This record gives sequence, C-alpha cells and structure tokens, in this order.
Amino acid sequence: MYEITIAALLTIITAATPLVYAAIGEMIAEKSGVLNLGVEGMILVGAVCGFATVHFSGSATLAILVGLVAGAGLSLIFAVLVLGFQATQVATGLALTIFGVGVSALLGQDLVGIAYDGLPKISIPLLSSLPLFGTLLFAHDIMVYGSFILVIATAWFLRRTRAGLILRAVGDSHDAAHAIGYPVIRIRYMAILFGGAMAGLSGAYLSLAYSPLWIENMSAGRGWIALALVVFATWRPWRVLVGAYLFGGITILQLHAQALGVGVPAQVMSMLPYLATIVVLVMISRDNNKIKLNAPACIGKPFHPTS
Amino acid sequence: MLFSLVKRAEYSRTMVYVSPLIALVLTLISGIIMFQVMGADPAKALYAFFAEPISTKYGWAELGVKATPLILIGVALSVGFRAGVWNIGAEGQLTLGAICGGGVALWFYQVDSAFVLPLMIIAGALGGMLWAAIPAFLKTRFNANEILTSLMLSYVAILLLSLLVHGPWRDPDGFNFPESRIFSNSATLPVIWPGTRLHLGWLITVAAVITVWVIMSKTIIGFQVNVIGQAPQAGRHAGFSVKRMIWFSLLLGGAMAGLAGMIEVSGPIGQLSPSISPGYGFTAIIVAFVGRLHPVGVLFAGLVIALSYLGGESAQITMNLPLAVTGVFQGMLLFFLLACDVLVAYRLKFDSPFTSPARGRQHV
Repeated sequence: MYEITIAALLTIITAATPLVYAAIGEMIAEKSGVLNLGVEGMILVGAVCGFATVHFSGSATLAILVGLVAGAGLSLIFAVLVLGFQATQVATGLALTIFGVGVSALLGQDLVGIAYDGLPKISIPLLSSLPLFGTLLFAHDIMVYGSFILVIATAWFLRRTRAGLILRAVGDSHDAAHAIGYPVIRIRYMAILFGGAMAGLSGAYLSLAYSPLWIENMSAGRGWIALALVVFATWRPWRVLVGAYLFGGITILQLHAQALGVGVPAQVMSMLPYLATIVVLVMISRDNNKIKLNAPACIGKPFHPTS
Repeated sequence: MLFSLVKRAEYSRTMVYVSPLIALVLTLISGIIMFQVMGADPAKALYAFFAEPISTKYGWAELGVKATPLILIGVALSVGFRAGVWNIGAEGQLTLGAICGGGVALWFYQVDSAFVLPLMIIAGALGGMLWAAIPAFLKTRFNANEILTSLMLSYVAILLLSLLVHGPWRDPDGFNFPESRIFSNSATLPVIWPGTRLHLGWLITVAAVITVWVIMSKTIIGFQVNVIGQAPQAGRHAGFSVKRMIWFSLLLGGAMAGLAGMIEVSGPIGQLSPSISPGYGFTAIIVAFVGRLHPVGVLFAGLVIALSYLGGESAQITMNLPLAVTGVFQGMLLFFLLACDVLVAYRLKFDSPFTSPARGRQHV
C-alpha cells in the first residue's frame, strides 16, 4: 500500500510539472496585460523540438534548452503581431495555437514511434535516502526541481522586486506606466517571450519526461487548462502551484482508476480533467469582485502610444 | 527604423477588402519558401496544392463538400465575434450535432420515410445548441470565461462520441470496429450534382449564409450585435441586453455547428465514427476572420480554406508531402491577415532618414 501511494504521488508530480511551467509563464504575460491564447501551440512546438533534439543529439540538457528557445521563438510571432501590428490578442493567440499544432505535426512526422528513456533522476545525497519522504521529495529530474524554483522566483519577483512592480504597473494601467516613462511595449515583449519560453519548457517536459516520445497533439489541452489555472489562481504564483497539483491529481486519478478497472468507461474518466476545469473556473469566476480585484486591469487591451 | 504607423482618421474601407488578398499573396510566398526548405519543387507543390484539386468537375464538387461545414460554422461564429462573444468550442458543438443527428438516424435505421432527414436536421441543430447553451449559461450566470468553457466542452464531446461508438452504438455486424451502422438511404443527404459527392448540405449552407446576412443587415438583433461589439457602453445606454447577445451568439453558433456535424455524418461520412471532423470547428475561426466577419466574405473564405484541405490531400498523394502542411498554411494565412489588418486602422509612413521622428508615431 505504501509503495502504491508513493508511486501515485510521484506520478502526480510528473503530471503537475508541465502545468506549473505553462501556467506560470502565461501568468507573467497576463500580468503585463497581454492575454496569449497560443499556449497550446507553444507547448506542442516546445515538445517536438525538445524531443527532436534529444533524439538527434542525445543531450537532454540541450533538448530542454531547445524546447525553451522554440517556445519563445513562437511567442515572438505573437508579440510582433500584437505589439507591433496592433492585432487583436484573442484572434492572434488562436492563430498561434492553430499554427503551432500544424508546425509541430510537420516537424514531428518522422519522430512518431521513437522512444526515449526519459530525463535522468537526480537524487539529492542523504536527503533522498530519508525514510517515507526521501524518494517522494528528493529524487526527481531536474525540471521538477526547476518548477519549484520557478514558482518561488516568480513570487519573489512579483512582490519583492522593482522590476516586478513595474511589470504589474504596465498590466494595470499601460497609459499611466507610459506617462511615467516606462517602456510599455518593451516590457510586454519580454513578458510574452518569458511566457513562450515557459510553455516551451512545459512541452519539453511532456516529451522528455512525462511520456518520453512524440505524438501529434500530445499536449491534449494542457495549454488551455494552464490558461484556466491562471484564472483559478487569481494571478498568484503559489495558487498556480496548488492548482497544478490539483489537476495533476485528477489526471492521475483517472489513469489509476482505469488501471484498476473501475466500472466506469475510460472515456468518462478521461473527461474528468476537462470537467474539473469548468467547475473550478465557475467557482472562481462567480465572484465577480474577486476577478476584478486580481485580474490585471489592462488585460487584452491594445496599447498604442498615440491613442 | 524604416517606417512607422500613423493612425488613420477613419478606418479604410478599401483596406478591409484588400488586406485578405495581400495576406493570401504573402501566404503563397511563404509557402514557396516552406516547400523550398522541405526540398520539394515549389512550383509543382503549389500546383498540386491549389490547382490540381479543382482541375476536374469532381474536384469542384469536393470543394463544396469540404466548404460546407466551414462556411456554416464560420458564418455563425462571425456573428458571435462581432458581438465580442468568443465561442471557441464549435468543434464540440459540431460533435454533439453529429451525435444527436446520427442518433436519430440509428434509431430509425429500419424506417424508410421522408421524415427521417428533417428530424435529423432538427436533432443536429438542437444538439449543437444544447452544447453551446452550457457556456452561455455559465457566462451569463457565473461570469465564467466562454473561451475556456466552450473549449473544454469540445474535449468532453469528442470523448462522448468515442464512448458511444465504442459501446452502445457500435455496429452489431461491424467486426468490432468502433463505428456505428451505416445510415439508411432515408437518413443520407441526397446528392444534388449527379456523378459527384456534392450533397444537399451545400444548398442548406447557401441558404444559411443568406439568412444570416438578412438577420445581420435588416433586423434589430443584427444591429444590436454590431453596436454591442463595437461600443458596449453605447449598447448598454440604448438598453440592449449584453446577456441576450451572449445567448443569441452562442445558440446561433451551436445550432449551425450542430447542423454542420449532422451534415457531415449524414452526407460524406454516412455513419458515426470516432473522428468525424479534421478540426472544422477550429478552422472555421480562421474562415470567419478571413471572411471579414461578413456572411458573403465567409462564403469565399470557406472555399479558399476548403481548397487548402483538398490541396493537402492532393499534395500528399502526388508529392508525398505531409498532410500537416495544410494546418501550417491555414495558420500562416490568419497570421498574415491579422498583420495586414493593421492597415485598416493605420497607414504606413516611410521615414526619411533626414527628419527626426515626430511625436505621435510608433516605430515598428
């Protein structure tokens, strides 16, 4: 029983980690006032590029980096269109997802059916041999540790640093921030690129660690769940972490229930994460004040210095 | 920088029509580059993609078959997008329409009556409306973002279809394949162009385009959609109900997407199977934008995008190019269109290197 519990908890961590990366990245972009609906596309491109790199070079470190760069590269298209060409954020984000799905399928057509061993686990000496929690907490791959560092760093950045304050100011009132003299457009470029890079990491984690192979559309809506998580978390890093683990738990629950042969059809169990997303979204959104108080005030609004 | 954007005093009407054409040309140029990179002969690839599919009578009919769901959904989505209602879940509404319409066909599979098809049409539209009513309710009652709820419901709908064709609706004589019975003749849309696959759904689509055009240009609800989309404040002062707009847009989108789903299973497919749509519900978003959110524009845009589907298949067969090229083309077209649309509200001003940039310009 003990081993089963530990195994289940370990898989929850692997299911939650890609959500943490994608949602934290999107949260930073949204904090700067930009809604990027292209997360799903950026995850897929990150996943395929990461997997291709590890397949051809054998280096996992390089693969993670390439995933990051690929996600950021795709988000640059979005940034140029939205910030440079004043395109609608919602439509451009959707275009990015459609484009990302197509490009990833195109790039990955020769990679289908190839397997990879998965990212190596890094056991922290001494700590990982602790009883009970040792393997649970201190024997993961580098990206799991990275996801926790990311949450801590983001929370610190937003609350404790001057740059974080400026980012929030740009997202809450771009006109005021512009009037004071902050480079609104440049800050938003950086926030979007960061969001893209994190979505790329999320994809790299999927194809390198979660299920180490490449399948078309392997993200299965995780980009959209990440978008919902940001709302669920009311734009706070710690709650993103909680939400991601909640959803990781639901994903794993359905996998284990299928394995145990619970008398519910597999398809019904697979609906759970999507239905849970809707329920959670409704629960948070019903209190309009809560959303209004926490959401960046300028989210989705275009900024042009003369208008 | 070489040029800057200067806001126009008035939106350019010319640019509204010219920008999709510029976007199309830019997409073709990018396509040439893409084929070159992939090592395919660009001229041959472009021919296989955009000319070969419509070089025969059969090809033109196929264009209509492929364009039918795209136009039906695109025309309904464009109404919602005008009102600022982002129904992204048309794929799920299409699936529910296929389930409900197909369910009627399976229920009456031994009945040979002229009433089966009309019943399927009604069931399909109602199924799509039901699925779209969920995000409408959650948005108006609980303020939940319709983009995310409608999209999540798409995944649920596709799983529901998979559940049905793997389980209770599986063809009892079908060697265990996850497919339903093949629909009876009275549950199949009649072909309107002998010798091809072009079916009655195409006429339904043309009628839907005209209907939506009339609604949008001649009725008060069409006027309200435009006002609320362009100036929500003015709409509220005029006493237009935003909630009613949300319900109207989503139910219309759901009905048309459901109809499209029913047409797909009753026409070209002829049975229920786990995958009934190669993402028509999502591609219809591109169709709506390329068609300038106008019913007639959507009609043409639907044909162009349908050609990209046919072209993908033809290029796969004749040149062994991957089918995913289609998605890349569609994504690029929307990117270029969104970029070109900047010219509707702004004009380019080419900077002379000798004058200093004046205030009121943004450098790109």
